[in-house]
Amino acid sequence: MPSEAGRAQGAVSSASRLENALRAKDDLKLVAYMMAGHPNKRRSIEVGKRLAGSGIAALEIGIPHSDPLADGSVIQHAGQVALEHGMTVSGALGVAQAVAAEGVPVVLMTYINPVLSYDPRRFAAEASQAGVAGVIVPDLPIEEAEPVTGWFRAAALETIFMVAPTTPPDRITSICSHSSGFVYCVTVTGITGARKELPEGMPELLREVRKRTQLPVAAGFGISRPEHMKSLRGGADAAVVGSAIVEAIERGGDAVALVKELLKACR
Amino acid sequence: MSRAALTHPVDGRFGAFGGQYVPETLMSALGELEDMWHEAKADPQFQLELAGHRRAFIGRPTPIYAATRLSEHFGGTHIHFKREDLCHTGAHKLNNAVGQALLALRMGKRRIIAETGAGQHGVATATVCARFGLECTVYMGTEDMHRQSMNVRRMKLLGAEVVEVKSGSKTLKDATTEAIRDWVTNVRTTHYIIGSVVGPHPYPEMVRDLQRVIGDEAREQYLSLDGKLPDVVVACVGGGSNAIGIFTAFLDDRDVALVGVEAAGRGVKTGEHAASLVGGRPGVLHGTYSYVLQDGDGQILPTHSISAGLDYPGVGPEHAFLHETERVEYVAVTDKDALAAFKLCTRLEGIMPALEPAHAIHHAGVIARELGPGGSILVCLSGRGDKDMDSVDAE
Ligand SMILES: Cc1ncc(COP(=O)(O)O)c(C=O)c1O
Repeated sequence: MPSEAGRAQGAVSSASRLENALRAKDDLKLVAYMMAGHPNKRRSIEVGKRLAGSGIAALEIGIPHSDPLADGSVIQHAGQVALEHGMTVSGALGVAQAVAAEGVPVVLMTYINPVLSYDPRRFAAEASQAGVAGVIVPDLPIEEAEPVTGWFRAAALETIFMVAPTTPPDRITSICSHSSGFVYCVTVTGITGARKELPEGMPELLREVRKRTQLPVAAGFGISRPEHMKSLRGGADAAVVGSAIVEAIERGGDAVALVKELLKACR
Repeated sequence: MSRAALTHPVDGRFGAFGGQYVPETLMSALGELEDMWHEAKADPQFQLELAGHRRAFIGRPTPIYAATRLSEHFGGTHIHFKREDLCHTGAHKLNNAVGQALLALRMGKRRIIAETGAGQHGVATATVCARFGLECTVYMGTEDMHRQSMNVRRMKLLGAEVVEVKSGSKTLKDATTEAIRDWVTNVRTTHYIIGSVVGPHPYPEMVRDLQRVIGDEAREQYLSLDGKLPDVVVACVGGGSNAIGIFTAFLDDRDVALVGVEAAGRGVKTGEHAASLVGGRPGVLHGTYSYVLQDGDGQILPTHSISAGLDYPGVGPEHAFLHETERVEYVAVTDKDALAAFKLCTRLEGIMPALEPAHAIHHAGVIARELGPGGSILVCLSGRGDKDMDSVDAE
């Protein structure tokens, strides 16, 4: 099969931009996650802009969903707050656009039903116009991906798929070949949420993924502490930090101090 | 359409509906579950064991019963009940729980989780876990724990841990979301016994396979009683397991009309209801593409029904398919009408139905008036009403 990783390398500039941004040189890249509309729209744009300038490689922006199957209590709560304050898919695209204008690559993370309801074709076109680089849909496994990801590709959006600790080796291969931009390696068997320690099998899983793709590999779920960054260096290209950042935002901050602290451990 | 096309999902789908919209972490477990289920289903030893538990533990076959005074009240059409209320623990839910517990044992998984609304599926799951020595955790929304408190006590006595779910609307939808999150986290050791024909493939097919015993028995019983089939089969639809259970045997009987009854709550037009097929549109909820109650932005809407077991914003994908192909007609009945049917059935037949099948009984009355004397209706009496005493008293 002609790999989509290969295709992505030849694709338009926004495509390779995400790849370049996430590929580790000697360091570990940091990807921050925030929820659009949390704690409200105006504030989330401010926070997003500040995070954009904080030294992160890319920003994941969550579109809130009423039933987030892959998220722990922190992100679920942030989503509920955002929905209560009137955040919508269209509003989240607006947040993404405002933040992407700062120059940071923006990746949208959302569940499949809001995308289906919005119409995947329109969603893809508007996301692309907003300057979004790629999309992650955690409840869209490769088997169900078409035709939705077809619309994403047609709009020059990267399609990032997830590998989990429970994914068998040959499936890792097909997930990598469906992915572009980067491959998202879910480090824990579970949902999002900060953990004290990362699982023992994580380096092995990262090796298995890296063997099978030229794309950068980002580790995510549970990652929250400087010592996690240290242990990921060399094993992953990037680390995604979500719940810890969302918690800082929930407390009224902008999470930049946390990002700076984590970045120190990335070099 | 051939029976094969109707009853065997292709690539996990009934027509356009079904699928596996779940986090990657669950994909291999779903694959394993599908393989194990097909293997078990084809294994005579498994079937023998299941048949034994159905007889001695569940109390099958359950009878069909001529509701003569109700028939008379509704103008003379013959109304029969399939008595799933006589199943051990009081509802059809045990048919599914027993089968899935046997499968969990076969897979070597000793921790069981479940979601529950009315508490009937939670009680059924806690019961099989007690019976087979399995560890059991049941997720239940705060509001349901309140309105079905007797079932909470039963589950605890049976040794289950009941986890209160305080998020969202605090009902079945949120309990299901929480159970799936638990499964994502503990998938290596845990089997999730989902309570209806919902969720990702293979659940809708597997739960259907385990519930179709209702209709398989009823069809035979009806034939030997009456020498012909009923004009209409009616069942209530929450997620849709008792309805699929009784409908499946009749799908090929083109002269038998099939009617699914959803919960209209305070009225479908008020927005305070749980009628996914009558009042919703296609979308993804809990891993499956089917009809869903959602707002314009794809957010799942809060629901309302007097009956906790029907209070769910989704419905099984096979029902979505049967709806689109028009093999089954779906209607909705209000809280008020269901409550009146509950009382009527209790007084006239000495059978106190659960509030869920009370919806079906009301609609059977509507059809009976149209059919008149000489007509015949089979109603799936999916469970008994003891659990609903508090809700009924409160009205
Ligand atoms: C007695 C009874 N009937 C019906 C239902 C609804 O479920 P389903 O539509 O899956 O049969 C329930 C659910 O709790 C129930 O307890």
